[in-house]
Amino acid sequence: MGYLGVKVNSSLITVDQLKKKYGENEALKGVSFSLAEGDFLSIFGPNGAGKSTLLKLLSAQTRPSGGKIYYGETEIKDLTDDFRTKFGVISHLPFLYDSLSAYDNLKFYAKLYGVENIDFRIKEILDIVELTHRKNDLVRNFSRGMLQRLSIGRALIHNPDIIFLDEPYTGLDQHASNILTRILKELFAHRKTILMVTHNLAKGYELSSKLAIIRRGEMVFFKDKDDVNDYEFEDIYISLVS
Amino acid sequence: MVRYFKTVYHIIEKDLLLELKSKEVINSMLIFALLVVVVFSFIFEPGAEYKNDLAAGILWMSIIFSGILGLNKSMMNEINGGNLNALLLAPVDKSAIFFGKGLSNFLFMLIMEVIIIPIFVVFYDVPIMNNLLFSIITLLLGTYGFAILGTLFSIISVKSKTREVMLPILLLPIIIPVVLSAIQAMNIFLKGDDISESFKWLQLLLVFDIVFTLVIYVIFDFVIEE
Amino acid sequence: MNRIMKSVDTLAIVGIIIALYFAFIYAPTEAVMGAVQRIFYFHVSSAWIAFFAFFVTFICSIVVLINNNLFYDDIAESSAEIGVIFCTVVLITGPIWAKPAWGKWWTWDPRLTTTLILWFIYIGYIMLRKFVEEEDKKAKFAAALGIIGFIDVPIVFLSIRWWRTIHPNVLQQGGGGLHPDMLTALIVCVVAFTLLYISMLMKRVNIGVLQRKINLIKR
Repeated sequence: MGYLGVKVNSSLITVDQLKKKYGENEALKGVSFSLAEGDFLSIFGPNGAGKSTLLKLLSAQTRPSGGKIYYGETEIKDLTDDFRTKFGVISHLPFLYDSLSAYDNLKFYAKLYGVENIDFRIKEILDIVELTHRKNDLVRNFSRGMLQRLSIGRALIHNPDIIFLDEPYTGLDQHASNILTRILKELFAHRKTILMVTHNLAKGYELSSKLAIIRRGEMVFFKDKDDVNDYEFEDIYISLVS
Repeated sequence: MVRYFKTVYHIIEKDLLLELKSKEVINSMLIFALLVVVVFSFIFEPGAEYKNDLAAGILWMSIIFSGILGLNKSMMNEINGGNLNALLLAPVDKSAIFFGKGLSNFLFMLIMEVIIIPIFVVFYDVPIMNNLLFSIITLLLGTYGFAILGTLFSIISVKSKTREVMLPILLLPIIIPVVLSAIQAMNIFLKGDDISESFKWLQLLLVFDIVFTLVIYVIFDFVIEE
Repeated sequence: MNRIMKSVDTLAIVGIIIALYFAFIYAPTEAVMGAVQRIFYFHVSSAWIAFFAFFVTFICSIVVLINNNLFYDDIAESSAEIGVIFCTVVLITGPIWAKPAWGKWWTWDPRLTTTLILWFIYIGYIMLRKFVEEEDKKAKFAAALGIIGFIDVPIVFLSIRWWRTIHPNVLQQGGGGLHPDMLTALIVCVVAFTLLYISMLMKRVNIGVLQRKINLIKR
């Protein structure tokens, strides 16, 4: 048994000919790749390419129409409910309750995920996202930047090993953006596995260890960052996507 | 198993806390129920004898209409922040999430009923103390059936374009056995008629509640997954 | 497939013509109610189809939830649309028969009232399908309604029957209260209507399948 409780070969996540259809719409047409523990993958591509769909499939929010996803050697559909404790998901919806305070929101999710030492952990998280001074304020009064920071805190409160982010930088002010970058760098340094969908080529390139481009449901580019220069990458992206 | 009930409990706890802070759901239910109670009283001549025959019916009408309002409002909380999706992401049984929501809706309706019924007794001069215990049982069984089917249909209808209208259209025909049984039973209790006549209605309520609890428990995971 | 559909169509048309003969000519005139009683054959046959169609929707809903095969969703939807038509026929022929026969348009009789509730559930099902935007959710949510609605119908019937009762319980008398020729006519009508239902269902499912293909190409 590997450290994550599944039988691990060299890959943590293996995706094999993954397909997803919504009704008649083929969102993903056969995507294959693999990630090792501790990889930071940034996924780029035009709107509607299927990036969010890929994240949803990998975080078990939806089932594939074809192909397979493996965590270690176990297929995703054979994983228990418990395995979802290892996932932290940040999307463009905040997943927060308007009429509750920051503290109460975190407390609820902490309980749901079975976090121990809840009060201590909440304090820790609030520190990390720099919202300690607002812990008793109702979320409905938060700015977009604060919402996103709290949402990040919510996603991390149970100490997940695999983190999914769907366009997390969109609409963030500079302060929140800096905090997010700092957190992502720390998570990467702690060997967490991170998958991030983003439109921000520079940011994505800076933070990741692997880069992918998806266009119309197909993965048209997948490489280690070390194998490609940042300006090279920008050219590649533009040529592939136009 | 314990995890399952803990999940249900946490969701109920969260909803009660939410309601404590915002008071949106119960307030709108209360005002509406009160309005129904008052407006319907214009059907009668004051002091008319036959009003006792209709009292249970009017009470349940006001519970149902304000219940629908409450269900809609309660589901808005989950949809607004995309919270339902977050709940489905959690490492818990999906049907536990459903029963958490269903039971907290059930509790909200009970709270509304506890407030409305004394007011109802005042306006309609209804002998609620006749067979009070049986009336309470009827209220519990009937409200439960309404709450869980209502919660299911509010999850279903919240994703449709005409969400406020969709919920009553779906719920009301299905809930007719509950309405009928609850009113018939309570009529017997309020009028002081022979209680043994009420047993079949109470049994029907119980069977209804059990059957649909089981059905939803079985199908919910399939229905909610994408 | 086309040949099968053509055969079913032919059978249905022939069936209806035969049924008309049986209902209007072969069956004896009822002693008390007179000629208006003949509507009973179409009324009961439509009721049979209305409930059978919903049963088909029920079964297909279960299948859709289990295996996500949208073909069964097409059948469920088609059966519901056809079912609501027959259901409407029942609700219209009911009062037309009731007024001359029993003096009132609507008697809150358990079977007819349950059919009325069924009609509302059907309408809810169809409206839900129209108003849910996300394709993948539409089939599953409709399936939930199809399952719950169908299980609910007998409970509705029971509760209303306890509440009141007037309808002449034709079949429960073992067909004994019914003249044998009338029973024959009834069976002929039921068979004819079933053929009609199947013929309509096949056409409607075909349209549904084609519609999906069109939507795919549009994209």
